[in-house]
Amino acid sequence: MARKLLLEKAHVEGIRGFDVYRREGGYRSVEKALKSMSPDQVTDEVKKSGLRGRGGAGFPTGMKWSFLAKPEGVARYLVCNADESEPGTFKDRYLMEFIPHLLIEGMVVSSFALGSHVSYIYIRGEYAWIVDILEQAIAEAKQNGFLGKNILGSGFDCEIYVQRGAGAYICGEETALLESLEGKRGNPRIKPPFPAVKGVWDCPTVVNNVETLAAVVPIINDGGEEFAKIGVGKSTGTKLISACGNINKPGVYEIDMTISVEEFIYSDEYCGGIPNGKRLKACIPGGSSVPILPANLLLSTAKGEKRLMNYESLSDGGFATGSMMGSGGFIVLDETQCVVKHTYTLARFYRHESCGQCSPCREGTGWMEKILLSIEKGQGKISDIDLLWDIQRKIEGNTICPLGDAAAWPVAAAIRHFRDEFEWHVNHPEECLRSNYGLAHYADPIRVPETV
Amino acid sequence: MPIRSGFQKQYKKSDSIYYMADEIKTATATFKVTIDNITIDVAPGTSILQAARIIGGDVTPPAMCYYSKLQGSGGKCRTCLVEVAAGSTADPRPMPKLVASCRTNVMDGMIVKNITSEKVTDARNGVVEFLLINHPLDCPICDQAGECHLQDLGYEHGKAGTRYEFARRTFAKEDIGPYIQLHMTRCILCYRCTFVADQITDSRVHGIVDRGDHAAISTYISKAIDNDFSGNMIDVCPVGALTDKTFRFKNRVWFTKPVDAHRNCSNPKCCGKATLWLRGNEVFRVTARKDEWGEVQSYDGKTGWICNTCRFDSKKTSDWTIEGLTQISRHSVLGANKYKTLEMPKETLPAVLKGRSPKLMMNIHNVSEVNNPNIELSAINGPSHSEDFERSAEHVKGAGESTQWGMKK
Repeated sequence: MARKLLLEKAHVEGIRGFDVYRREGGYRSVEKALKSMSPDQVTDEVKKSGLRGRGGAGFPTGMKWSFLAKPEGVARYLVCNADESEPGTFKDRYLMEFIPHLLIEGMVVSSFALGSHVSYIYIRGEYAWIVDILEQAIAEAKQNGFLGKNILGSGFDCEIYVQRGAGAYICGEETALLESLEGKRGNPRIKPPFPAVKGVWDCPTVVNNVETLAAVVPIINDGGEEFAKIGVGKSTGTKLISACGNINKPGVYEIDMTISVEEFIYSDEYCGGIPNGKRLKACIPGGSSVPILPANLLLSTAKGEKRLMNYESLSDGGFATGSMMGSGGFIVLDETQCVVKHTYTLARFYRHESCGQCSPCREGTGWMEKILLSIEKGQGKISDIDLLWDIQRKIEGNTICPLGDAAAWPVAAAIRHFRDEFEWHVNHPEECLRSNYGLAHYADPIRVPETV
Repeated sequence: MPIRSGFQKQYKKSDSIYYMADEIKTATATFKVTIDNITIDVAPGTSILQAARIIGGDVTPPAMCYYSKLQGSGGKCRTCLVEVAAGSTADPRPMPKLVASCRTNVMDGMIVKNITSEKVTDARNGVVEFLLINHPLDCPICDQAGECHLQDLGYEHGKAGTRYEFARRTFAKEDIGPYIQLHMTRCILCYRCTFVADQITDSRVHGIVDRGDHAAISTYISKAIDNDFSGNMIDVCPVGALTDKTFRFKNRVWFTKPVDAHRNCSNPKCCGKATLWLRGNEVFRVTARKDEWGEVQSYDGKTGWICNTCRFDSKKTSDWTIEGLTQISRHSVLGANKYKTLEMPKETLPAVLKGRSPKLMMNIHNVSEVNNPNIELSAINGPSHSEDFERSAEHVKGAGESTQWGMKK
């Protein structure tokens, strides 16, 4: 059983309330940080821990914090990105719903480190009931002196406000989130300037994911070095994975990043294998935006090594043979799933969620969706596959924000690895409506080129 | 018919001072920037696009959404993407992605590739294709035709055919008042008109509603856009999405004659300097004066926006003091058929004949009046107007009775 840092106490009765949370050792990190450490020491601990952003990009958190501009007389802000809208990702919901105080505690410590006296939680509108849970937790923390004016007599003031989004995926992009937080239309800003220089209300701002901020708590409690001992290489600490799709036990799992993908899918401790004796066909290991991988490339890298559940191993081989850790939305597809239909579903999602600000994403996502739908309905042409490839290539990297990339990558990966299935759809227009391409060769062992 | 619209390459390099005055207030040091192997010194804080405009010519990336006179504009259309091969002298690493030149400032020693980069050309062609897939291509009935930036862009970077095989996007029609006609299907969502409404008019009553490919310019609950300076939205619109209702379907722009004129406008924000689009003595349309980049010109550092009274309600030549003909680029369709050729074409026949005298088989002028050398077609003064048509109708009528095309009836 791997060590848990975040969800260890998640199932203690009443942990949602302050009293039980405090009895179980909660808010120790606030006491430690505010009473015995300076803000820079907290940042140093986070740097030492090697904690990487849990929202998807995996940028080192300590480094992000140290980039924050600190001009005299200008307020700084910490914003928690709880706009978890990536299809397949629901780890933050779990964390906020069951142990809301962990997030509040992490935010108080992080606000102290960054010098933010007003911090925001930007939560997606669909998590309406969690807003109540968080506000309850904030009120309790305030009552007990862990939030508000002069926290624990240290002279540090901090307020946390919860702001609800209105149901837009794009508002999970940090600059669109800031626009939305300011009450404007949620269009991503053009960078530079980055939020670390000019964020919310034109002040320096750090935007962190819920899980990232929660992970600050064990880092301060146990020390950054202790945190860095868990995991492997640059993937330190534990990671929440929200597993879904064709598995026996979907749910949120906290893993340390040393286990293999195979173990994660098949062991009873985690996903518990694939139901009804079906075989694994494909998997999206990090939320809908990351490239899909066929079974053979998922379980082992192109070099023939076992693929592990961590940042480096999942991205081993680049996009040619690898994928990304992303936000940890682990979507498993068994042999009865159709990759074409799946890709179409994702394309439809991105078309719907594109903000429409820049032309490649606005027009390209709609175009890709239409082509994928016609292929899915058996009305496609072989040339459509190359056209799709060309469209995604022209979207990727040419947009203001990463949504363009996120829309292009799943299509690119599906064509890269599952081109046979697309061609089968085109060549069997009637059969594809009734049956499925099946597993085909997607689980065959990879031939590793011999090195001389 | 390839339609090239106007105002390109008509100013000299030194005229770039016009728009520099808007953006760059103080020049303490200069940055050296190389764009397509041409090096130039610019003030810090200049964007790559502005630097390229100072150089001028083909190295200037096209810009559909950027407008140097509107704060915060740009970065959206992605047509001005360029490759940065070296970030600066201090950090000569190339930038990993193509960058929007309108919103990226130059650094000292930066090396930029625009038309010399295949990546840029490829991406730009892609963007143009994206902009056109849902565009109705109704240029034959569009009032913007002839001065449309999307036409220019498509002419330069677009393909003759399309790979898009689906129905084009449509929108419910919305009436936004008596002066401005909104055609949402033609819109490329450059956001320029919202910046005009924010920065020039007293209050903004329109904006972008919805998102993604169904995002639309709207007043939300059909409201008239009625403000002293709302007409400037028409001038900044790069396509035919916002056109002048008082000029709607009245004439093709290349049949009208643009002249520079001014009037004493009582509105202090209005510069009173405009271009009148005439046909005969009729004023068909009034617009602000535009520079070589299709932007409203600046005077003494102030942008020459005009008020709605000048634009919509001063449609008599007596309202204006006419200064003279507007300079039109010779590449522009707007100049078509308007001016006499200044130079006589070189006579090539003697060189070919080398002193020989050819035998005349048949004098074509005996059978057709059309090629009569005594009538010089290019000598007709100015653009044709209603009087010309009346005169020619009489001529045809008179001719019809006796001879037509040289033949007895």
